[in-house]
Amino acid sequence: MSKIAFLQGNEACAYGALYAGCRFFAGYPITPSTEVAEVMAKELPKVGGKFIQMEDEIGAMAAIIGASLTGVKSLTATSGPGFSLKQENLGYACITEVPCVIINVMRGGPSTGMPTGPSQSDVMQAKWGTHGDHPAICIVPASVQELFTETVRAFNLSEKYRMPVTVMPDEIVGHMRERIEIPEPGVIPLTDRTPPSVEPEEYKPYDTRFGDVPPLAAFGSEYRFHVTGLNKAEDGFPTTRAELVQQEEERQMRKIEDHIDDIVSYEEYMLDDADVAVVAFGSTARSARFAVREAREAGIKAGLFRIITYWPFPEKQIAGIAGRVKAIITPEMNLGMTFHEVMRCAAGKSTVSGIFRVDGEPINPGQILDKIKEALR
Amino acid sequence: MSFDYEKYIRPGKLPHIWCPGCGHGIVMKGLIRAMDALGMKKNNTAIVSGIGCASRLPGYIDCCTLHTTHGRAVAFATGIKMAKPEMQVLCVGGDGDGVAIGGNHFIHACRRNINITYLIMNNNIYGMTGGQFSPTTPTGAKASTTPYGNPDPPFDIAKLAIGAGATFVARGTAYHANQIEKLLVEAIRHKGFSVVEILDSCPTTYGRRNRFRSVVEMMNNLKEIAVSVQAAEHMSPEQMQGKVLTGVLYRDNRPEYVEEYQKVIEAAQDFAG
Repeated sequence: MSKIAFLQGNEACAYGALYAGCRFFAGYPITPSTEVAEVMAKELPKVGGKFIQMEDEIGAMAAIIGASLTGVKSLTATSGPGFSLKQENLGYACITEVPCVIINVMRGGPSTGMPTGPSQSDVMQAKWGTHGDHPAICIVPASVQELFTETVRAFNLSEKYRMPVTVMPDEIVGHMRERIEIPEPGVIPLTDRTPPSVEPEEYKPYDTRFGDVPPLAAFGSEYRFHVTGLNKAEDGFPTTRAELVQQEEERQMRKIEDHIDDIVSYEEYMLDDADVAVVAFGSTARSARFAVREAREAGIKAGLFRIITYWPFPEKQIAGIAGRVKAIITPEMNLGMTFHEVMRCAAGKSTVSGIFRVDGEPINPGQILDKIKEALR
Repeated sequence: MSFDYEKYIRPGKLPHIWCPGCGHGIVMKGLIRAMDALGMKKNNTAIVSGIGCASRLPGYIDCCTLHTTHGRAVAFATGIKMAKPEMQVLCVGGDGDGVAIGGNHFIHACRRNINITYLIMNNNIYGMTGGQFSPTTPTGAKASTTPYGNPDPPFDIAKLAIGAGATFVARGTAYHANQIEKLLVEAIRHKGFSVVEILDSCPTTYGRRNRFRSVVEMMNNLKEIAVSVQAAEHMSPEQMQGKVLTGVLYRDNRPEYVEEYQKVIEAAQDFAG
C-alpha cells in the first residue's frame, strides 16, 4: 500500500532522496531550499544515515563527493547563490565521475536577487555553470509528486551514469503543498553504481573495457585507487598526454549523448493536432496547461510540451513539434533561456515567441492564453 | 634491516614532482614511517589533499587517495569520515591551500573536532604558481606579488588551530626529520582533529628571493629557529625572539564529532521508537 501524504515540495524531495537510498546529506542554510535540509536532519539519523551542516556551500558539495566515494548515496540542496558556489566542486564531481544529487530550488537572481521569489533562471547554469566541457543532467519537476519521483530518478541516473545530477524545482514547486502518494519501498526500482568485477590489483577507476561508464569501487573496500581533478588516464592518475585527455573528455560526453532517449523525459498534452505549442516547465507549465485547456474551449488548437528533463535538452522532440505547428510559445520565469534553446531546435520551421517574467510573480494562464491568440493572428 | 618504504609507495609513480632542496620529500618519508609504526592498513586509509605542490603527495602513496580542489581537502575528508568512520582519514597540503582558500574549512574542522589528522607543510609561499606570498609569508619578505616586501602580517597556523578548537596541535620542521614521524604517530593516535604543521623550505620560489644562498642555508635556518617546548621553558622572552616552538604544543580531550553524531542517531532512533 502506498502512503498518502500532504507535503511541501521540498519535503517531498527529501523523502524521495530517502526512498532512493540516500544516506548522507551535507548542506548549508539557504532560502528557499532549507526545508530539504531540515527534513534530512530529522529523518536521516532515524535510518542510520548522516546529516551534516557544513561551514559553507562549497564544503557541503565537497563533503557529499567524499561520502559518495565511500559508496554512500549522497545529496545536497541549495538555491541560487549557493548553486553558484557549488559550481567549483560540481565540476570536480563531473571530471572524477562521482555520483551525487544536487537540489537547486530556483529563486530570483543574479546574486542575492529575490530570495523568496520564484524563478527559472538557473537552467543555463546547470549546464554551463562550471568551467570546462562536461556532461549534464538536469531535471525540472512541476509538482510535489514529481519532485518525489524525479528525485528518485535523479539518484538512479546519477548511479547509472556515474555523474552528478541536478534537480531544479522553481520556488513555487518547492514550496507548494499537495497530496502525494509515497509508494511502498521497492515499487520504484532503484539503481546502484556498477561495482568492479576485476581483482583489486587489476582495478582502474576509469577502465573503458567496461564501456563508457566504468565500474566505481568504494573507498575503504578491498580496492585502492587514486582520484584527482586533473585530466586523468584510465588508471585515475594525472596525464597531459593529448590523445588520452581528448579520449577521456569525449567518453564522458558520450555517457549522455549515446543515451539521450533513456534520460530525456517530457509530457505532451493535446499536442497531436495543435497549431500552437506551448513549451514550458515547472510551475509555469501548470499555468500553460490551464491556458491550453481554455484555448481549446475557445476553439483554438493549442497544445503543451512540458519539459521534465531540461538537460540533455529534448532537441529531437522540439524539432518534431516545430515541423508540425505554426507557432511555439515559451513562457518562462527568466529572460529567454528556453526561448533560445527552442529557437535553435525549431531552426526556422515555426515561429517562436516568449513570455519572460523576472519580477518574482508567476506567469498566469491568462498571459499565456493571450499569447496563444496573438501567435495565431 | 633497512626500512621498506616501497610498502607504502605506489609502484611507478616516482620520481616525485618536487624540486631539488624542497622539504616535502622529507615530510613524506616521515608520514610513511608513521603509517608503518602505527600498522595502518592501506585499504582502510584515505589521504586527501587540495591543490599545490604538497597536495601532490597522496598520488605517491598506495592508499585510497583523493586529490581535490584548492583548499577543500578537509571538507571532502569530512564527508569520507562521516560516511565511513572506520576509515583512518588524513589530510595533507600546504599553507596557502590550508589557511588561505581553505581557511574556513580548516577552522570548522578544528571546531567540530572530527577525528582527522591534518598535515600542513608550511613553506611560507605559493610554490606551484611560482612564488606568490601566502598567509604565512613573514612581513617584509619578498615574493613575486610582494616585490617591495610583504605588507601583510602572517598567520601562526598552530595558534589558529588551537584557537579554533583542534585538540592536538604539533609543530616540527623539515630539518628535524625524525621528529616528523613521532609527531605524526601521536597525532594519528589522538582521537579528535589533530594538526601537525611542518615548517618546510622552498628554495626555488622563496629562498632565492629572500637571500638564502643555498638549500643548506635554508635547512640550517630551520634548525636555528626551532626551539623545543621543553627547551623553551628555560628561555626568556628575549631569547625566544625570532624562534619558533616545536613539539606537541597543545593537547586536549573533547568529544569527537563522529562519536557525537552516533549519539544523534541513537536519539533519533529512540524518538522514532
